[in-house]
Amino acid sequence: MKIKDIASVSKQLGVSRREFLKYCSIVAAGMGLPLGAGEQIAEAVTSAARRPPVIWLSAQECTGCSESLLRATHPTFEHLILDLISLDYHETLSTPSGHQAEAARAASIKANKGEFILVVDGAIPVKDNGIYCMIAGKTALDILKETAKECKAIIAMGSCSSWGGVPSADPNPTGATGVQKILTDAGIKTPVVTIPGCPPNPYNFLSTVLYFVTFKKLPELDDLARPKFAYGRLIHENCERRPHFDAGRFATEFGDENHRKGYCLYKLGCKGPETHANCPSILFGDTGAGTWPVGTGHPCFGCTEKGIGFHKPLFSRASLHMVTPPDTYPHVVEHQGKSALAGIAVAAAAAGAAYVAVDKVAKKLGDDDGKGKK
Amino acid sequence: MRSVENALQLEIPLNAQYIRNLIMAAHGVHDHIVHFYHLAALDWVDIVSALKADPKKASALGESLSNWDQNSAKHMKEVQDRLGTFVKSGQLGIYANGYWGHPAMKLPPEVNLLAAAHYLQALHYQRRINMVVSILGSKTPNIQNLAVGGVANAINPDNQSALNMERLYYIKTLIDEVQSFVRNAMLVDVAAVAALYADWTGHGKGVTNYLSAPDMPMDTKGTAFALPGGYIENGDFATFKPIKSFNDEYFKNGVKESIKHSWYKGDWNKHPFEETTDPNHTGMQYDGKYSWVKAPTFNGKPAQVGPLANVLCMYAAGHAGTKKYVTDMLNTISAVAKTKVGPAALHSTIGRIGARAVRCAVLLDECTNQWNALVANIGKGDVKTFNAPKFPSGEIRGVGFHEAPRGILSHWAVIDGGKIKNYQCVVPSTWNAAPRNGSDQPGPYEASLVGTPLADPEKPLEVLRTVHSFDPCLACAVHLVDAKGRDIITVKAL
Repeated sequence: MKIKDIASVSKQLGVSRREFLKYCSIVAAGMGLPLGAGEQIAEAVTSAARRPPVIWLSAQECTGCSESLLRATHPTFEHLILDLISLDYHETLSTPSGHQAEAARAASIKANKGEFILVVDGAIPVKDNGIYCMIAGKTALDILKETAKECKAIIAMGSCSSWGGVPSADPNPTGATGVQKILTDAGIKTPVVTIPGCPPNPYNFLSTVLYFVTFKKLPELDDLARPKFAYGRLIHENCERRPHFDAGRFATEFGDENHRKGYCLYKLGCKGPETHANCPSILFGDTGAGTWPVGTGHPCFGCTEKGIGFHKPLFSRASLHMVTPPDTYPHVVEHQGKSALAGIAVAAAAAGAAYVAVDKVAKKLGDDDGKGKK
Repeated sequence: MRSVENALQLEIPLNAQYIRNLIMAAHGVHDHIVHFYHLAALDWVDIVSALKADPKKASALGESLSNWDQNSAKHMKEVQDRLGTFVKSGQLGIYANGYWGHPAMKLPPEVNLLAAAHYLQALHYQRRINMVVSILGSKTPNIQNLAVGGVANAINPDNQSALNMERLYYIKTLIDEVQSFVRNAMLVDVAAVAALYADWTGHGKGVTNYLSAPDMPMDTKGTAFALPGGYIENGDFATFKPIKSFNDEYFKNGVKESIKHSWYKGDWNKHPFEETTDPNHTGMQYDGKYSWVKAPTFNGKPAQVGPLANVLCMYAAGHAGTKKYVTDMLNTISAVAKTKVGPAALHSTIGRIGARAVRCAVLLDECTNQWNALVANIGKGDVKTFNAPKFPSGEIRGVGFHEAPRGILSHWAVIDGGKIKNYQCVVPSTWNAAPRNGSDQPGPYEASLVGTPLADPEKPLEVLRTVHSFDPCLACAVHLVDAKGRDIITVKAL
């Protein structure tokens, strides 16, 4: 028995040797293995590379966020939990229930203090001291605060845990609140990554976890703690229907001729111009082109964006945050006949000439002051 | 959606009905595969015991039961090795503290290995059938292609940005790919588990009033359905009464909910159109209020909903596919158990699990039927998918119902001047997880647990088997209380 190795792993995990062996014994007992098997497991753990432990807590949720992971193909869910991480607690997926499940959670938190990743899906109700969501006799609010102090980083999975999501829609009867706000108010400083979406694209979650597991750090985040690789751009910027927007070609009713030609859905209430997400870039379900809401013909409803999804009416017009093409741009398609076309050609020629002139001036300025201003 | 359409008496274009039907059917197949293999099977299958199995014997057993082509000894060995490596890592993840070695686990190691192999294969096939939902529904879960009046999908076989032949044949390919798994693996696995736990056909009966919605409308008005539904009282087929249309008065007038034992203000028994939802949490009062769930009744009585209710109603209505799959399953169970198992065995925990597999096979066949109907209709030149709703100034009321994977789902809307005035959902798990109703009759979960034998009261696996057999839609809590009213154990059934 390599007592020395166990001692070093215990130290690495931040638990006493006794606690570590106790955890291994709980695991062994849970497997129906004989007395002493716990020590063998402890030995195996010291010799093999440990998969990063993950605890998944659920509050006011519909399980859609967990479900989304079952759709992923790269990696698959089974590869994720069997080979890449150790998902030590998940209300829906854990084989044990009740006391057995809670014991497994407590044991993992103790053994992996300061090292595990905490995932939270669902909003946390704070009204009336949090009684609107209770698990094993405790409020979700208390469980979150307790667990958040013990982990290395938190991933708020889905719009509900990011900023309240659907349970926070008016009149928000339970005081549904996002994880980050609760922790900030409680003075808990554990880093939080938010992965909004209803549900989020599974790859935005998986990529965050695998970024952390592979590079041992969190991905770059925007000011709402969203990973930039997923939420760095507006949907409008990468939408395949954008050329129709720029050209002024809009669908105005589901199934009308323009809708059946794949025209822009802005006038049907698409929130793409005010919603940050990578939906048009990575799509859903690995089924090829067009598999995302706008792709099939339904306007984006802004599920990733606080104040838009579940707050703005589904078919109301979006606010445009981006500069639209100026009138001086030539139309892509000319409906008006030859004279207008000629006019645009003139305007375009004029614009081109003006650009050349400015360019020359700039170069000259650069030459004159010697600073290479261009 | 359907409640608003019902209130407006809006007709839905045929294409929109078929697209919705395809999504519902494909989603149901996915849901039933995941429920059996990933959320319920490990109550019966001991995966740690699979490590002791002889892969060749497991393979031979599988080959003897069906034509499934992924039962080779080589594959069984691969799965066993993978499990072995995982267990030896000491990090058991979601399987830590499971019921491995529990005295109620009865399957031989070879059956456990076979089931473990199919558990992993099932993850692949649920992904494949779900891709149908993604293609039509934009994403999954939480599809985004529905609109009051139809669907937002554009159909245009002559355009690259609409539902066209490439999309349609992708869907068809996926449906066909999953057929063999459901017929040759899932139906057989469920029958084998049922046969080897045949004593469980005597447990978990509970409430035998069964309520189920007709679904898969085949006309624009919702008066003709591919899959029938209705009501059976006291488990007697002779009492079957069909629900015939989206305007069916028998269903519409039959539903009420009581809050006598629920955490809402007051004590009433009301029709959903008249209800309110005013929370009033009192804590656990075993003789008073003890649940967030309201207690629905049909014609004054509690009713069980879900695949078992559905299969029994479809059987009573004479649905050919349902009759065939039920008969095949009972024959397989009888052959493996070496004793005659008849339809009466369905009123049980095992019956609910068996019925779910039957429903899965029926829905998969229905995917093909709905795909054929959609393609034939597009072939006629019909590309309509939407009728725009127009809201009148006064008050209108509507109910929409759907046979969801967990049973009948109904939404009840009161709309005044185009705005929601009242909205109540009576969902499948409300029927099944209901606390006692206004007359103190227990709901299906409660009734089904009476008389459950427990090998180890500290680890009441048997309770989980029955509660899981309903496919609860939430992380519901089951509190076991002994005769003195002392809370002996709380089991979270997930």
